[in-house]
Amino acid sequence: MDIWNIFDTEWVPVGTWIDQVLNWLVSDFRFVFQAIKVPFDIVLSALEDGLTGAPDLLILGLIALIAWQAGGRRVAVVSTLAMLAIGLMGAWEESMTTLSIVLTCVFFCALAGLPIGIAAARSDRVWNWVRPALDLMQTIPSFVYLVPVVMLFSIGNVSGVIVTFIYALPPLVRLTNLGIRQVRPDMVEAARAFGATKKQTLWKIELPLAMPTIMAGVNQTIMMALSMVVVASMISVTGLGQMVLRGIGRLDMGLASVGGLGIVFLAIMIDRISQSLGQPSRERGHQHWYRTGPLGVVTGFFARPATTGQGKETAATPPNSKTDGKTQA
Amino acid sequence: MSGQEQQKNAGGRSSVARVACKGVWKLFGDRADEALEAARAENLSKDEIRERFDCVLGVRDASFEVYEGEIFCIMGLSGSGKSTLVRHINRLIDPTAGEIHIAGDRVDTMDEAALNALRAEKIGMVFQHMALWPHRTLAETVAFGLEVRGVPKAERRKKAIAALNDMELGDWVDSYPDELSGGMQQRVGLARALAADPDILLMDEPFSALDPLIRRQLQDQFLDLSRKLGKTTIFITHDLDEAIRMGDRIAIMKDGVIVQTGTAEEIVTAPANDYVAAFVDNVPKGGFVTADQIMEPATGTPPGRSIAADTPLDEILATFAEDQAPLAVEKDGNTLGHVTVGDALQALGGKEDT
Repeated sequence: MDIWNIFDTEWVPVGTWIDQVLNWLVSDFRFVFQAIKVPFDIVLSALEDGLTGAPDLLILGLIALIAWQAGGRRVAVVSTLAMLAIGLMGAWEESMTTLSIVLTCVFFCALAGLPIGIAAARSDRVWNWVRPALDLMQTIPSFVYLVPVVMLFSIGNVSGVIVTFIYALPPLVRLTNLGIRQVRPDMVEAARAFGATKKQTLWKIELPLAMPTIMAGVNQTIMMALSMVVVASMISVTGLGQMVLRGIGRLDMGLASVGGLGIVFLAIMIDRISQSLGQPSRERGHQHWYRTGPLGVVTGFFARPATTGQGKETAATPPNSKTDGKTQA
Repeated sequence: MSGQEQQKNAGGRSSVARVACKGVWKLFGDRADEALEAARAENLSKDEIRERFDCVLGVRDASFEVYEGEIFCIMGLSGSGKSTLVRHINRLIDPTAGEIHIAGDRVDTMDEAALNALRAEKIGMVFQHMALWPHRTLAETVAFGLEVRGVPKAERRKKAIAALNDMELGDWVDSYPDELSGGMQQRVGLARALAADPDILLMDEPFSALDPLIRRQLQDQFLDLSRKLGKTTIFITHDLDEAIRMGDRIAIMKDGVIVQTGTAEEIVTAPANDYVAAFVDNVPKGGFVTADQIMEPATGTPPGRSIAADTPLDEILATFAEDQAPLAVEKDGNTLGHVTVGDALQALGGKEDT
């Protein structure tokens, strides 16, 4: 053996070990992983059936209404145009599959990420354990865990959701942790001083005040999930990512471009809607969400006769202009 | 209420201790207990404690009693531990050593549930930077203490509106804090503290962040309210003028230690040490120094005019402005001594040769 080139020999066979562990897991515990798939499968199937089964125009209308409700007319116009473009390019069906994968993934990210983020914000010890795990999840190339996921969960859309879940979870945990830690300490102190328990302080004060940051985390998670769809298509996940992959495989530039553009337009739609959801109510002029957008139009119809009935209530509401208040003090 | 009124003596305060701290120590740091032992045994200074144990001294052996219905001011510069001390009363900060009593109950050994009940029902707190929650309307903010105790929505809203009306904020019930000016925001803070009708008010520099005119207004408004409601109040301030204006009694803090406790008169006329003396040096003494403190004991025949022994210096000076002949000082019909223009002017200058 050449002493100057000792690293020619593999001293620590990490690869072999991992192979052994994986084979052991696959042979003895595959049923566990198949069971983990079940909830993902249920949510994904429901969403996918709904989105692809319903008439295209109904879904388009629904997206327009949701966008209007969440972010006003501008967001509605942008989202509708983006989705219209996807439909006209002939990528509607695929985009609905991708959308259902992304939404399923976000649902499970929120389910897991919010409690982890809250726990991390409350205790430095938890955070010290969670942080390296998140670092690992974010830095390890996603191709690396495609193989074990396929071996444990097999291929298909559900496995795609699981791969995407691992990749997209970290920003939500990070920003939930950050959002809660950033709540002004005197806000929390005031809540404690008036007798709120830790749980009440969390739900009534900390989470609402952290919500804009948490929603930024949700937005990031969605964007990460979307960027994963092309990679995930390598384990036979269908949708827009598959169009891109097939386009590359066949050197079909047209097909790849349609898939790519579809992802971009889908991203624009989801990003605009989820970002406007995260806007604090202060920036929306303190209006209740059901008083704006399409629901505002509907409730406006019903509310009008009701308010004339209780004229006293409306008379007692404060003057609307802020300047009035400043001069009063 | 009438029982409370009866207990009050001529000085406007009762002799029933509502809040009491006994030998409260607070050290911040991992080795607080060790540092406490050493600090007690060797009488270490603040800096020595930090050097040897890496602990910051917050409060050192603080003892005081607050009587029912009085306004007790804790005055000190920033870093003197006054905000730390007041947070021990509702245990937002746990003491390292010492006892805290509220109306006979030990606060320092209370469990979580009892403590939350105490905070929600017996103690109202007002904060220096208002600490109003931006996502809650004024009604929701003021009703928070009731909300966490599970009071039904309609009832707590009614109480919140009543509390806001008392603070002349009735038109702003469904507004948000950021729509209000600073003075109005602190009135919301007061309404929140009073909404559950607590017995005790903790006020942590409530008016410091406001501009002078509004501060004055709120001080007056609070004094009126305090006279009306008779709440036991602990009032933190870094402003001696404010302490004298607001406080029935004043405790002066320095480096975590209560240096002197007493009425404004006692502190201004008989400062316990140089630190307090330097503080009260600039306070106009006209309102505090009385005739019997500056007179010369009676000798010879009394001059023609006489004044009562507890006449404040301000009034004596006003009398001299008209006629500069010496004044006799009388108490219960006896002449105690007399005051000359020279005595009065010397007292005004701060030099007392009694």
